[in-house]
Amino acid sequence: MSDITADIPPDTTGDITAEELMAITASRLLADHKVVFAGVGMPLLASAVARHRHAPHLTIVLEGGIIGTALLPGKLPISTNEMRAAYGAQMLTDITDIFLYAQRGYFDYGFLGAAQVDMYGNINTSVIGTMERPRVRLPGSGGANDIISLCNEVLIVTQHEPRRFVERVDFVTSPGYLSGGDSRARAGLVTGRLGAVVTDLALLDFEPVSRRMRLCALQPGVSVSQVRAQTGFELLLSDEITELAPPSAQEVAIYRELRDGPVAVTVQTP
Amino acid sequence: MEHVAVLAARAEREAGGRPAVDKRMTAEAAVQLIRDGDHVAIGGTLYSRTPMALVFALLRQRRRHLTVSRPLACYEIELFLSTGALDRIVSSWVGIGLPWGLAPIFRHYVERGEVAYDEWSHLAIGLRYKAGAMGVPFLPTLTMLGSDLAARLDLQTVTCPYTGERLAAVPALNPDVALIHAHRADMLGNVQVDGYRHMDVDMARAARTVIVSAEEIVSPEQIAAHPDRTMLPHFAVDAVVAAPHGAYPHECYGRYGPDLRHFDGYAAAAKEQGPAAGLRYVEENVDAHADFAGFLAAAGPDRLAALAADAGELTPR
Repeated sequence: MSDITADIPPDTTGDITAEELMAITASRLLADHKVVFAGVGMPLLASAVARHRHAPHLTIVLEGGIIGTALLPGKLPISTNEMRAAYGAQMLTDITDIFLYAQRGYFDYGFLGAAQVDMYGNINTSVIGTMERPRVRLPGSGGANDIISLCNEVLIVTQHEPRRFVERVDFVTSPGYLSGGDSRARAGLVTGRLGAVVTDLALLDFEPVSRRMRLCALQPGVSVSQVRAQTGFELLLSDEITELAPPSAQEVAIYRELRDGPVAVTVQTP
Repeated sequence: MEHVAVLAARAEREAGGRPAVDKRMTAEAAVQLIRDGDHVAIGGTLYSRTPMALVFALLRQRRRHLTVSRPLACYEIELFLSTGALDRIVSSWVGIGLPWGLAPIFRHYVERGEVAYDEWSHLAIGLRYKAGAMGVPFLPTLTMLGSDLAARLDLQTVTCPYTGERLAAVPALNPDVALIHAHRADMLGNVQVDGYRHMDVDMARAARTVIVSAEEIVSPEQIAAHPDRTMLPHFAVDAVVAAPHGAYPHECYGRYGPDLRHFDGYAAAAKEQGPAAGLRYVEENVDAHADFAGFLAAAGPDRLAALAADAGELTPR
């Protein structure tokens, strides 16, 4: 994961939200000439930022049957199955077809959010509590189980807090590295791997042998102990922990225009 | 789970007649094809191309012990729940939409164990319909393996007889009835849609009875002028219902956007009052009108025109 923003001056307005920080950090992980299968919300925003900045040939795919969406700034979709999601698309097909492209190996990245994620990258979006006695029945997998099972490299973006980063998820809706080691492959999940986890505090990955989550880099001004305090399990530490470049003014401007629409420019007349 | 043998799935289709006749009827007449205890698959997904005119007609009937399947389910599920129509939901996601948070009426019934929710992955739902549409008892796939979803559904695996690889075996789903909303159909049941097709083709071909509502009923010649847009042939369709704005308040690609303000009102009431709000919604929006046209008239032509303008801005001409 090379840092391609090192030479860009940081944003100095100083009012960057956690969501902006996460989406911008995550956008840097997406390379040009690749295909990303994105969920709505932050994954889609991050993908759109990448396309508008350093990856103009990044193809964004949405599970509603949409390939190569362009997105209309200020009118981002809230569902993967709606006209806003299809704006400017190169191809519209059906939902099952989209996932079959993933199964065939066409999708370089699968990009997900997570209500609850554990030390092996397993994601729960089904239930808080147990299925027999649910405290909260959540909506369910949607396409997340398929994305994490079938995309070539999976990226997760979510806020860093102890209730989200748990030692063991209540229910494995979407399998990461299951119980670590080679347990994912033994379960028959021979495709796909988990790449990075991006949060408002850090960039993390999975140690190659144990498959446990590992701290790689910190968001600007964040300490290792702060990350530990917000993580509900023991984090592995990378040999060298770097600091991520802060969002540049350009990145922030692109993000906000996508979210809010084109900025009105006042032209001063003489 | 009820598993379908190849020949059992074929038998009805083999024996059934395929008359190329006028299949037009009202939504009220069409839903008489649905009985208590049926498995009803609802086309479209989330708030896109939901066959709402057919859903409303079915809600009015107060059927009991239904199973409803849908790729991603929206608040129509809560209306069936609130009127006591459902025993089981088969889906990959049940909510209203991301901005409205968790669906409170869905939570009420499922958390109490009063209604079952069979949660599959999104692809697995699609492959279940596809297997049903193909006339085979299962399809092999690399998804769902290792998850608690698979364990809970007792999903089986198969070993490839050629390579020895292990795959999940997703069982066929052949719904009793599929409800589909389309852009246009002729009276024989040749059906065309514009834009994304969701899982409608496989869902319909898997089903034992297929009811299609359409924005427009067109002539067979108009269908034949653009045969590449036809998604279902007449012999796979049993009933055709004229339903302009038949997905409202959900969207219909290229025709009208979703009425998100309508969602706001529903979601706020559901959060506050739970199932009572769902029941009242049905009483006020379904029961109070003679038909779906009455519900559309209450929304008003200005609202519908604004939603049509939204669609015009977002889709190619």
